[in-house]
Amino acid sequence: MNALSIRNLRKTYSNGFEALKGIDLDVQQGDFFALLGANGAGKSTAIGIISSLVTASSGSVNIFGHNIKSETNLAKSCLGLVPQEINFNQFDTAKRIVLNQAGYYGMPRKIAMERMETCLKQVDLWDKRDVISRRLSGGMKRRVMIARAMVHAPKLLILDEPTAGVDIEIRRSMWQMMKELNAQGTTIILTTHYLEEAESLCRHIAIIDQGRIVENSDMATFLKRLHIDHFILDLAHPIETLPIIHGYSLKRISSTVIEVGVPKDNNLNELFAQLSAASIQVISMKNKSNRLEQLFVDLIENKTQKEIA
Amino acid sequence: MSVLIAFSTIVRKEVYRFIRIWPQTLLPPAITTSLYFLIFGKLIGDRIGTVHGTSYMDYIVPGIIIMSVITHSYANVVSSFYSTKFQRNIEELLVAPIPNWVILSGYISGGILRGVLVGSVVALISLLFTPLHIHHWLIALTIVFLTATLFSLAGFINAILAESFDDISIIPNFVLTPLSYLGGVFYSVDMLPTIWQHISLGNPILYMVNAFRFGVIGVSDVDITLAYLMTGGFIFVLALFSLILLYRGTGIKS
Repeated sequence: MNALSIRNLRKTYSNGFEALKGIDLDVQQGDFFALLGANGAGKSTAIGIISSLVTASSGSVNIFGHNIKSETNLAKSCLGLVPQEINFNQFDTAKRIVLNQAGYYGMPRKIAMERMETCLKQVDLWDKRDVISRRLSGGMKRRVMIARAMVHAPKLLILDEPTAGVDIEIRRSMWQMMKELNAQGTTIILTTHYLEEAESLCRHIAIIDQGRIVENSDMATFLKRLHIDHFILDLAHPIETLPIIHGYSLKRISSTVIEVGVPKDNNLNELFAQLSAASIQVISMKNKSNRLEQLFVDLIENKTQKEIA
Repeated sequence: MSVLIAFSTIVRKEVYRFIRIWPQTLLPPAITTSLYFLIFGKLIGDRIGTVHGTSYMDYIVPGIIIMSVITHSYANVVSSFYSTKFQRNIEELLVAPIPNWVILSGYISGGILRGVLVGSVVALISLLFTPLHIHHWLIALTIVFLTATLFSLAGFINAILAESFDDISIIPNFVLTPLSYLGGVFYSVDMLPTIWQHISLGNPILYMVNAFRFGVIGVSDVDITLAYLMTGGFIFVLALFSLILLYRGTGIKS
């Protein structure tokens, strides 16, 4: 069964801006799905429509088979949303925010108290439950929103840039939490600008550009399209000129740092053999950028260039 | 059942809000009305004598109570719902499976409760100045309830249509307060020149003030049945309009 099914979804705002130009999208139950796109591409509009915050101009959205227009309440019951921006009452405590949300979903008080405790413990905020939320750090506020979205145990959880602006330690703990939720059966749709995040967490990916889905496939297939990996090499000794190594593209960053483009057909052993032959000693190596980022940029840029042409 | 839980959650949230900020919500009306009773009722009222056979202090007490109910039921809903919209935590309600009428009745109940609570505080303060003998409990209580409902609905519509904090202060300052003062809170319309008596009859607040005054001291400038019909009619129209706005997502959805 599809957790989410979107057909020919369009949205034109009152100022005439066409944010969505007829998108189709299916997300399978239990999936961890990345919805990517540049700012203004239409991601947030799509999420807004799915979660009933934005009214669609046309098209249909079904959540676990429930149409959001004709079976609104059933569709809403299946969905949890962690929005991009902080949107809770910052004068309330984390406990009250989560409890209120449970009440809005019709959860009896006793069960709501138990769920609230479970969710706040899950996001590591139980000790902060009675702190006024505006006094919490940015990362904690985001985790309050995750706990709030989880309190009614939704089958589909949408996280709209949940790790934006949080430090790496919290980001990693949030990744772990998302993985655990997904492992427990929650379908997750994630939007993020950290493509490393999408690459490491998600199994399927869709890319929206200018209101259209320009890519929709599983992550492994998508990543196979990358023909060249770029690496940064730190050298033991400074070099003045770059050696010429056939089959690889080399670029000097500084006297002790070079960038190498390695085509998929070539191997690193050959590269290192040739560097050694040129008396260049490599002391460390890292990816220039993650692979998904490279593909994402290529896809968006190629599309733009075709449009210009 | 789940609808009832959602409703009680909104009401609980609203009551918690105005109790938490009691220095802003409950204390100012206590101080302001004490001054009204002291200055208008005691100092000036003693020189005025009687109106319709009752002391001036007794005459203005019901008007001041109902004026507080009007002001605070309106203020509660307009400020609470607009803040919810402004902080975007309206989204908490919009994503949840709550029918629009439950959202509306939850906020209106919050406004009614604050209006009734403030009215009770003012009534208690009035006891420091004059004994309060209720002439007709049922009329007094139903008019308070209906008046609080009507102005909570008006506050709700104001909050939905408002686009800035200025927009939520325009109606209370430039419409509600003048209409309340001109609604016979401090005088009987019989005291006005004939032309102004006719003009005053177009002010809906006049009917609520006088109906409540009838419930408290048995004196009114208007027909009580007409007051009930007018208040009920306004409630019906404003409730319908509020639901249409919610259904269309005006001011709260893109």
